[in-house]
Amino acid sequence: MRNDLGFRLATGFFGVLLMAIVVAIGLELVRQSWQSITTFGFGFWTSAPWDPVAGKFGALPFIWGTLYSSVMALLLATPVALGIAVFVSELCPARLRAPLSFLTELLAAIPSIVYGLWGIFVLVPLVRRFEVAFPDALRGLPMFSGPPLGVGMLAAALILAIMVVPFTSSVAREVLKAVPRAQREGALALGATRFEAISAALYYGRTGIVGAIMLGFGRALGETMAVTMVIGNNPQVHASLFAPQYTMAAVIANEFTEASSALYLQALVEIGLVLFVITLIVNSLSRLLIWAMARSSQPAVVPQPASAAAAA
Amino acid sequence: MLRRKVTSALFTAFCIGSVALALVPLAMILFFVVSQGVQALNLEFFVGRPRPVGETGGGMGNAIVGTLLLTGLGSAFALPVGILSGVYMSEYAGTRLASAIRFAADTLNGVPSIVVGVFVYGVAVLPFKQFSALAGGLALGIMMIPIVARTTEELLLLVPSTMREGALALGATRARAVFTVVLPAAAPGIVTGVVLALARIAGETAPLLFTAFNNRFFSTRLTQPVASLTVQVFTYAISPFEDWHRQAWAGALVLVTIVLVCSLLARLATARLEGMTRG
Repeated sequence: MRNDLGFRLATGFFGVLLMAIVVAIGLELVRQSWQSITTFGFGFWTSAPWDPVAGKFGALPFIWGTLYSSVMALLLATPVALGIAVFVSELCPARLRAPLSFLTELLAAIPSIVYGLWGIFVLVPLVRRFEVAFPDALRGLPMFSGPPLGVGMLAAALILAIMVVPFTSSVAREVLKAVPRAQREGALALGATRFEAISAALYYGRTGIVGAIMLGFGRALGETMAVTMVIGNNPQVHASLFAPQYTMAAVIANEFTEASSALYLQALVEIGLVLFVITLIVNSLSRLLIWAMARSSQPAVVPQPASAAAAA
Repeated sequence: MLRRKVTSALFTAFCIGSVALALVPLAMILFFVVSQGVQALNLEFFVGRPRPVGETGGGMGNAIVGTLLLTGLGSAFALPVGILSGVYMSEYAGTRLASAIRFAADTLNGVPSIVVGVFVYGVAVLPFKQFSALAGGLALGIMMIPIVARTTEELLLLVPSTMREGALALGATRARAVFTVVLPAAAPGIVTGVVLALARIAGETAPLLFTAFNNRFFSTRLTQPVASLTVQVFTYAISPFEDWHRQAWAGALVLVTIVLVCSLLARLATARLEGMTRG
């Protein structure tokens, strides 16, 4: 008991420092963007023209681009990520499990700048070829209108999807691991096929699965370099997947060091602030879901019937 | 029954297809990075510095030095904070403060790296009116803290409580028990986690764009802007020059090699650890 208080205070100090950093990020972003917040008000987020030279700052294109690219990435990535999670945790031979999870982790470990480089020189030309070959009958749809540039929303969504897959699938795998064996065995014993047994397990873990998907969403929202390099960086609200657009993270990366006036810089910081708040909410929600799932499945993991029988 | 069996088989096929689909981009990225990267990889790449536009050749030696400097600075910031808050979270697990720290660490882990850059610009660049290696290191450190903290916590919790209790029963203080018994037992795992964290921050670009900025020269001065592999790759990738593109690929190859080596080392270390605890 002698110096335990000192130890607790010393280690606790660093823990509190960690917390202070998060709070400081929020406060500093507010401080640095206060002029922009008070000047533009809420209209900042609902107006479209972004023309710093003319002094027009409307952040709607960035919100739009961030949400559009992230949602598209999610639609593409989620089925694949869940498929991988199911394969690795339920279907694949034990010998393949370690190498496969290593490879998916590698996908997560590749730096985003490398994704961007690959995106510019390999993915974008492929996307352009796809857009050129796209059937004319469908070009009338607003989603597929516009010239085949290669750079644009489609390339961004694809690259984001690739980057998000490993995150979603690794959390989904953890969730599947937390689903009690009895769930699957019960289903199988009742004559369910493998698919039916696994969907029962997925249904059991649905809160955690939703959490895993949201975690991927949070990643996609904040991803910067790879998106900046392939999305075309054009501040417009456009429905087309083929159109070059812009995201919140990308505009900060591109224009921060070039911001010529104080207000311009403040507007960019405000975009950062909102990005911070959005990812904060999405991530907290996702962790809450995963945590709720882990907690609710805990009692079932403990082999209660056996111990109860022994006690009796 | 047949329909259900077919559905099940289709589902299995879909899962296998998903794995294959995810491995395609991985294989493509590795293929292009290696095949394009080796073309510009020579001695000058490692020891030279960027040449002016129009002159071919030159290298990223200064950027490699810069990346080493920045990751070093990042670790200097992150290791004390990360490890000690990890110790607190595991030693006082269940307390309200521990949960709050854990929540903060997870939150920090989810903060987009570009936002960390904006924050550090505000606190470490603007006041001094100077991009600097220190600011870049601080940004990378902030990215690294939550990874180190959570790894430390998880690995300390894996150490059998009997070891801690044994030390305490012999009359050790809590600090002594942690620093001489529990932490050393978990050290190999923590080192593995730190190596992975280093690999991750070495590959970060966004937080450096307006903190460490860039530098065409070799520099190790903490108060001056400094080059990094990632920012240099970015600059070259979006340039219109063929020769710079080749160098960007070579830079990417170096980055991917760092990541790959770190991941493999970590994998081997974990496998050995698991073997040890099982045996």
